[in-house]
Amino acid sequence: MATAAAHQAYGTTEDTADTGAYERAFDAAVAADERIEPRDWMPDAYRATLVRQMAQHAHSEIIGMQPEANWITRAPSLRRKAILMAKVQDEAGHGLYLYSAAETLGTSRDELLDKLHSGRQKYSSIFNYPTLTWADVGAIGWLVDGAAITNQVPLCRCSYGPYARAMVRICKEESFHQRQGYELLLALGRGTPEQHAMAQDAVNRWWWPSLMMFGPPDDESAHSAQSMTWKIKRHSNDELRQRFVDICVPQAESLGLTLPDPDLRWNEERGHYDFGPIDWTEFKEVLKGNGPCNEQRLTQRRRAHEEGAWVRESAAAYAARHTSRTDGASKPGETGATRA
Amino acid sequence: MTNTDWPLWEVFVRSRRGLSHTHAGSLHAPDAEFALRNARDLYTRRGEGVSIWVVPSSAITASSPDEKDPFFEPAADKPYRHPTFYEIPEGVKHL
Ligand SMILES: [Fe+2]
Ligand SMILES: [Fe+2]
Repeated sequence: MATAAAHQAYGTTEDTADTGAYERAFDAAVAADERIEPRDWMPDAYRATLVRQMAQHAHSEIIGMQPEANWITRAPSLRRKAILMAKVQDEAGHGLYLYSAAETLGTSRDELLDKLHSGRQKYSSIFNYPTLTWADVGAIGWLVDGAAITNQVPLCRCSYGPYARAMVRICKEESFHQRQGYELLLALGRGTPEQHAMAQDAVNRWWWPSLMMFGPPDDESAHSAQSMTWKIKRHSNDELRQRFVDICVPQAESLGLTLPDPDLRWNEERGHYDFGPIDWTEFKEVLKGNGPCNEQRLTQRRRAHEEGAWVRESAAAYAARHTSRTDGASKPGETGATRA
Repeated sequence: MTNTDWPLWEVFVRSRRGLSHTHAGSLHAPDAEFALRNARDLYTRRGEGVSIWVVPSSAITASSPDEKDPFFEPAADKPYRHPTFYEIPEGVKHL
């Protein structure tokens, strides 16, 4: 084949005569830290792993809009409201970057959304917790976006080109998210005793779920080893979790807030903070669908999709009519509608 | 659940005057006009661009990766196309 569309995926293993040579080229490219691009040959399992991870990542971005959007109408000032709207809009954008990147692997947007809506693909369990007070917006920005950044910065060097490029764009935008959250908590922490207590309560509730965002411990992480070999992942879950804890402890001190872990202390020998055990039962329950907001998040997502159907349909109808008019070749039966 | 298959568009953004348009990513839109608006909202929320091109993805013709070597080979054996190929005595200036 001489030419093909830019996004057309290369054939799967079955189509190729000499898989061995392709596989060696793929392995060599990954080993040399080169990027794999959409139309390169890649192992089916590599493609499937990427689709699963990128879809889950994209779903997390758009589901993640919900807990924060919950506070847009009740933001305490116009400044905070404008910031929060920009932040939530960014998360929509992150979802779109990632869906586009996932589509380069041969899946369609509709297919991905269907899988989210039917529960066949997951999103980050962190978004199944409720945002009870305004301070939660700050705690999410600082801790949840903070944990996301720790996870995502190494993904900017992921072996799959479109994913890595999407992550570069996302990481640039995330730093505003984290800083606005931190500033929000700082304002509350320095406010009235009630405001300080509200900030502390939010941090207490979001701390442990944020640590769970890095995924199960290394010895229980099903896909980690293979993903590391493929350079989709660059650091282990526990390594990134430790990095996040080390970053957060001094930041909490500057906020004048504490982290809800009695075992948290500096370990001179390791050069890291020790921290207490994570409740993985809770993590598994939330993942299984038994978190406080699982039902609500999916219902809301499906409803938004259904209620937006008429917009998508009318835009498509307008485009079809417009195109047929400019082409000067309207299809049979369309003329009447055009004049109506 | 109703889905509407909007076509895919490739987005190219000129970040400032004097530079060429660079591929920024892709998006779905029903037509070119919407594609432009969506591209503005998606890829230039922080003033990343002064001009946007949108192109239907299906209109792009790409070279095929498996013919990479023969396709680009003609360039490989022509080192004399590079300035470093030529030896110039030391001390000769502005060359
Ligand atoms: Fe995000
Ligand atoms: Fe974010």
